[in-house]
Amino acid sequence: MRRGTLSQTIMYAGITIYSLICLLPMLLVLMISITDEDSILRNGYSLFPEDFSLLAYKLIFTGGSQALHSYMITIVVTLVGTVLAVTITAMAGYTLSNKSVRYRNLLALYFFITMIFTAGIVPWYLMNRALGLTNNILALIIPSLLFSPFNLFLVRNFMSGIPDSLRESATIDGANDLTIAFRIFLPLSMPVLATIALFYGLDYWNNWWNAIMLIDNRDLYPLQFMLLQLKSEISMINEMTMIAGADDYTLPSESVKMATAIVTIGPIVFLYPYLQKYFVKGLVIGSVKG
Amino acid sequence: MDTKLRRKHIVDLGMDIVRNRASYLLVLPAMIYTFIFGYMTYPYMLVAFQRFNYKKGIFNGEWVGFHNFEFFFRSNKAFTITFNTIFLNVLFIVFGTLTALAISLVLNELRKKLFLKLSQSVMLFPHFISWIVISYVLYAFFSMDMGIINQILNKLGLPSVNWYTEPTVWPVILTLMHVWKGAGMSAVIYLATITGIDDTLYEAAQIDGANRWQMCLRITIPLMMPTVIILTLLSIGKIMYGDFGMIYALVGDNGTLYQTTDIIDTYVFRSLRQVGDPSEAMAVGLFQSAVGFVLVFGTNLLTRKYFRDGALY
Repeated sequence: MRRGTLSQTIMYAGITIYSLICLLPMLLVLMISITDEDSILRNGYSLFPEDFSLLAYKLIFTGGSQALHSYMITIVVTLVGTVLAVTITAMAGYTLSNKSVRYRNLLALYFFITMIFTAGIVPWYLMNRALGLTNNILALIIPSLLFSPFNLFLVRNFMSGIPDSLRESATIDGANDLTIAFRIFLPLSMPVLATIALFYGLDYWNNWWNAIMLIDNRDLYPLQFMLLQLKSEISMINEMTMIAGADDYTLPSESVKMATAIVTIGPIVFLYPYLQKYFVKGLVIGSVKG
Repeated sequence: MDTKLRRKHIVDLGMDIVRNRASYLLVLPAMIYTFIFGYMTYPYMLVAFQRFNYKKGIFNGEWVGFHNFEFFFRSNKAFTITFNTIFLNVLFIVFGTLTALAISLVLNELRKKLFLKLSQSVMLFPHFISWIVISYVLYAFFSMDMGIINQILNKLGLPSVNWYTEPTVWPVILTLMHVWKGAGMSAVIYLATITGIDDTLYEAAQIDGANRWQMCLRITIPLMMPTVIILTLLSIGKIMYGDFGMIYALVGDNGTLYQTTDIIDTYVFRSLRQVGDPSEAMAVGLFQSAVGFVLVFGTNLLTRKYFRDGALY
């Protein structure tokens, strides 16, 4: 039994160390973001800063800053996009699981083919250009993100598990298809709809592919893309400092960068308990069903 | 199929649509979206055989046969980016899988509920963060003047290293970051597989006097193998596709690192958006798809041969 306890201790220690490896880097970024700029320049990045300062956050949240503007863009895009995406997917999922639709498997094949054969980024780009989906907010909402066949199949599989007798009895009571879909099947599918809402929401929030491909106009930069640009563009921080009227400070570029990174993951931390619960559930279902 | 039967099918479909018109209406938005962004993009693949001009469009373009492919394969880039894509993916698959397996096996031995829950929450966290945020994490460690790594080197009396101009270390750095972001998530998926193993197997082994180590070696690992092999084969099928988001966020337009970090996807991106040559970009993309296609079918064939349940189609 002695050996058992020792190996248990080693295993607990191992997992603790791995967890710290996952956590400490993020903590480092957080600490840098609240470190006084002079202190960073003097000592380099540190988990235990000498002087604290919240100037970086003050600059970010000053009205008119690029960070705040991008934050708004991302929030709007994520909210509108997720609502539309879940609606489209849920409705299609209902049809694909409706056993009175004889050609539902043909429909499923129609979606499956585009999941397997993708044309690549060049056709994707040329198509979006042809549709005029460049340099406007729709370019951040519609291409790629608005509908995913993978999520459709998640919804279909869930709805297929709802007993068909519900549909039959509702039909006998005189309900039509739309009533059955919106009053019975969609409310019963809330768990899977919550899962795909998180999938879509996270995709929208973390997306910068659409921006790098389709957006040249700085006013439309979403948060992630702005963060990417921030790495190389000192002028953006300069601008923030000027807007905030903080030009007598050292330009706090290091802490502003890290603070923007922290602000970017803010909502993810906030929603984390839900995210974890539904995400893992969805992933496990997805990986088992293919 | 003879014409009579086909006509019957079309009539049937028509009747089905009329009878279930509400259902067909509900699926229509998704169908239109898929038609536009799926099926309608396929013809654009032809630009690989054209000298594409944005003004003329695809139908009036000048056809050049395989010129774009020749241009790519004659350049010294073709080998480098193909090698990098495959090499990095192999590193990711090997180290990602081994780390995740090790973590899941250890987690399976632990019994304290709260500890398990907390550690899994922490491990999953990097998965939800975008590569751009992670590029800042990376910078905090590897920055020349302020980074943690150089601070440690200096404390040990060693000189600072400018990591962002050292291409040779980047395969290691990228593998570390890939494992850091994804291993926790994979471990949780593997753990779900382990939890699904029939308890009676362990009870029987216990009666036979097996210890935990033997049970892990003789029951858990063999029974996990199907899942591990399926997921690995899936990754091998995608070995020609690099993670653009990762590479571009971490390396960006830093040309000094291209020799070890440039992959097909970043190359295609630059041809399209920075050089502005959709035709060459498409040619490289087609090359990628063609090889990728062979690999997907090849691995699936292997799966079906050795392992019937694992085959995808």
